Amino acid sequence: MNRLEIDALLDDPGTRILVCCGSGGVGKTTTAAALGLRAAERGRDVVVLTIDPARRLAQSMGLTELDNTPRRVVDVDETKGGSLHAMMLDMKRTFDEIVEQHADPERAQQILDNPFYQSLSAGFAGTQEYMAMEKLGQLHATGEWDLIVVDTPPSRSALDFLDAPQRLGSFLDGRLIRILSAPAKVGGRGALKFLSAGMGMMTGALSKVVGTHLLTDIQTFVAALDTTFGGFRKRADATYKLLQARGTSFLVVAAPEKDALREAAYFVDRLGTERMPLAGLVLNRVHATSAGRLSAERSLAAAESLTERADDLDDPGDGESADDAPRPADLRLVAGLLTLHAERLRMIDREERTRTRFTSIHPEVRVTEVPALPGDVHDLAGLRVIGESLGSG
Amino acid sequence: MPPPRAERAAPSRRAAAVTTWPAGARTTDGDADWEGVRLHVVSGKGGTGKTTVAAALALALATGGRRTLLVEVEGRQGIAQLFDCPHLPYEDRRIAVAPGGGEVYALAIDPEEALLEYLDMFYHLGRAGKGLKKLGAIDFATTIAPGLRDVLLTGKACESARRRVQGAFAYDAVVMDAPPTGRIARFLNVNTEVAGLARFGPIHTQAEAVMGVIRSAQTAVHLVTLLEEMPVQETVDGVAELRASGLPTGGVVINMARPPLQAEDESDTGRRLTPELLEAGLLAGGIKPTRPLVAALLGEADEHASRIELESTGRALVRGLDLPVYELPLLADGMDLGGLYRLAEALREQGMA
Ligand SMILES: Nc1ncnc2c1ncn2[C@@H]1O[C@H](COP(=O)(O)OP(=O)(O)OP(=O)(O)O)[C@@H](O)[C@H]1O
Ligand SMILES: Nc1ncnc2c1ncn2[C@@H]1O[C@H](COP(=O)(O)OP(=O)(O)O)[C@@H](O)[C@H]1O
Ligand SMILES: [Mg+2]
Ligand SMILES: [Mg+2]
Repeated sequence: MNRLEIDALLDDPGTRILVCCGSGGVGKTTTAAALGLRAAERGRDVVVLTIDPARRLAQSMGLTELDNTPRRVVDVDETKGGSLHAMMLDMKRTFDEIVEQHADPERAQQILDNPFYQSLSAGFAGTQEYMAMEKLGQLHATGEWDLIVVDTPPSRSALDFLDAPQRLGSFLDGRLIRILSAPAKVGGRGALKFLSAGMGMMTGALSKVVGTHLLTDIQTFVAALDTTFGGFRKRADATYKLLQARGTSFLVVAAPEKDALREAAYFVDRLGTERMPLAGLVLNRVHATSAGRLSAERSLAAAESLTERADDLDDPGDGESADDAPRPADLRLVAGLLTLHAERLRMIDREERTRTRFTSIHPEVRVTEVPALPGDVHDLAGLRVIGESLGSG
Repeated sequence: MPPPRAERAAPSRRAAAVTTWPAGARTTDGDADWEGVRLHVVSGKGGTGKTTVAAALALALATGGRRTLLVEVEGRQGIAQLFDCPHLPYEDRRIAVAPGGGEVYALAIDPEEALLEYLDMFYHLGRAGKGLKKLGAIDFATTIAPGLRDVLLTGKACESARRRVQGAFAYDAVVMDAPPTGRIARFLNVNTEVAGLARFGPIHTQAEAVMGVIRSAQTAVHLVTLLEEMPVQETVDGVAELRASGLPTGGVVINMARPPLQAEDESDTGRRLTPELLEAGLLAGGIKPTRPLVAALLGEADEHASRIELESTGRALVRGLDLPVYELPLLADGMDLGGLYRLAEALREQGMA
């Protein structure tokens, strides 16, 4: 296996942006935070942009409110001259700020009050991804940090992070939205007659379903956007370019499971076609054992015989047992432990097969492994443990 | 008005079913917890097992000669993947046979197709609809108005639940692999908004009919969770939101739970597994208790114990919700069709179906 040297990556001053991608629940947020902490304690000035940290993890980093600005994390070892800042993304606020920056106060207010803008900024598919990129762009532009670690939204597919902003951009700049929001213009063009007839029906049906105001709202919104940004797609494209900039690397996080690794493989392919540099794969929550020499089969056989023994001892017909003989409850306890061990081995075996399948398709991808800890990761100590494994894994 | 659901809150049989491991077997048949529910909505945090649990529930409900429909609404072909069958069309397809001769059908609801069906029903669009589809107008329409999409998806699911063939219901139950907890209340309530917007006409009638099903005792919204911090928190928040918006809460399915080392006998948990005890046990089992082996196994026992402790914290929070709770074990070999049938069986034993 091709090993991913995390510490070399973190120590390299040329590494300016690290993006942690992966499908939902695999540990992107945890990995991003752990990388940030490790880099800071190795001497870099780091900011971590987290998206949806677990409550206790956020608290441990001092992120008690969603105020959209980086906060310095205390209790970080700064002896090597580094520091750690962290922030939680507030997507609505980020969107509002963009509007406020680019429009005069009156027009900004007009946009902010627009009901279509409100539903767009609060939860349109892709807004969160796009705002994460926007925020990354802003953090980068300040030049205050020499390393930015970015977590990505909890989407089902890692690809969403790359696709959503452009989808949002081309949607807002798309032909249909323009036609829909300016139906008068369309009516005159012969080629679009059918379209406009269809559109008439569509808008009719639509306004019945979603309310008559929606289309007007969209129309005003698109017009306002045009005058402020000169087109949304252009902006989305520019933001996207940042991901191709020098100093940006991607880390794909995956659990050693079929679905997660399939997603990871798609993502790796995609990075290739987009010419975005992949640093490597973080295989998170890997199971291990140091009692590998006791096989699952022997373990189970022993468990079975111990259970039988315990059942025999339970049998009152057996009479008194010697004082030093194991008690039935104890035998069962050991049998339980042996069964557990056998299951762990089976799981390790399955994880290994899944990983091998991935590495044989993508032998070039560097990998680091992080063990599955028995508990959640919810404080700096836990993040250090994860960071340590990332570095040595 | 939704009827009071209080009578569903964890009667003793259910409580008993989850305190022991494995759950106590259900003795009587036809005495399931959700008798009378026609639409089972399965939600939960992403990745907790919504698709898996929905499929297992559809199998469980079909057991013994019944017919169920498993519907998918997110266009991800998760059901096809799970059952290892080709891409599902927008059409009911039989995908599995349940124990005792039941049948499970599946339907992947495609919002575009559903919109065409819908427009056709109300506006007789005919071939113009196909043209709209080609132009991407339908995709567009469902994109600018996510509510419209949800109206179509919930509408189709309710229609399936209410469909009759020669007087009898086409399906004994419909199980929906629904959007995640964060979106579920809005998703299910979308028709309330619509019914309010369109004050009369066919769409109003349709939206009312859909809400009539969703907010009634014919529907139950089940949440799947893992015994981990974030999913449990999301479940607690989700139940509060469902209750606040008057949607019928169902049960909580704890998925991928680990059995404690020491089953049942809570009084004995004080006894710790000492190195001496383990050595004696291994010897008795015919395994040579070398020092590294004993240390490694004790390490595994410790790890398991802390995991169990963490899980019991989560379990207590879930129990506090005052809803029926079901538990499904983590399948160490991963999911396959056999595993799915085992999960279905476990749901039946615990009375969910
Ligand atoms: N009881 C179980 N034992 C072992 N593995 C399981 C179990 N339940 C689910 N899984 C596995 O966990 C993963 C996630 O399950 P599933 O796809 O059902 O979740 P989901 O909630 O539908 O996810 P999404 O939010 O992406 O739709 C799958 O790989 C599935 O096979
Ligand atoms: N290696 C690990 N061992 C144990 N728990 C982990 C590990 N990595 C992540 N977790 C836990 O898994 C949960 C989900 O992780 P998170 O980083 O929020 O995932 P994502 O951001 O990819 O959705 C969190 O509760 C976290 O503490
Ligand atoms: Mg996250
Ligand atoms: Mg799913």
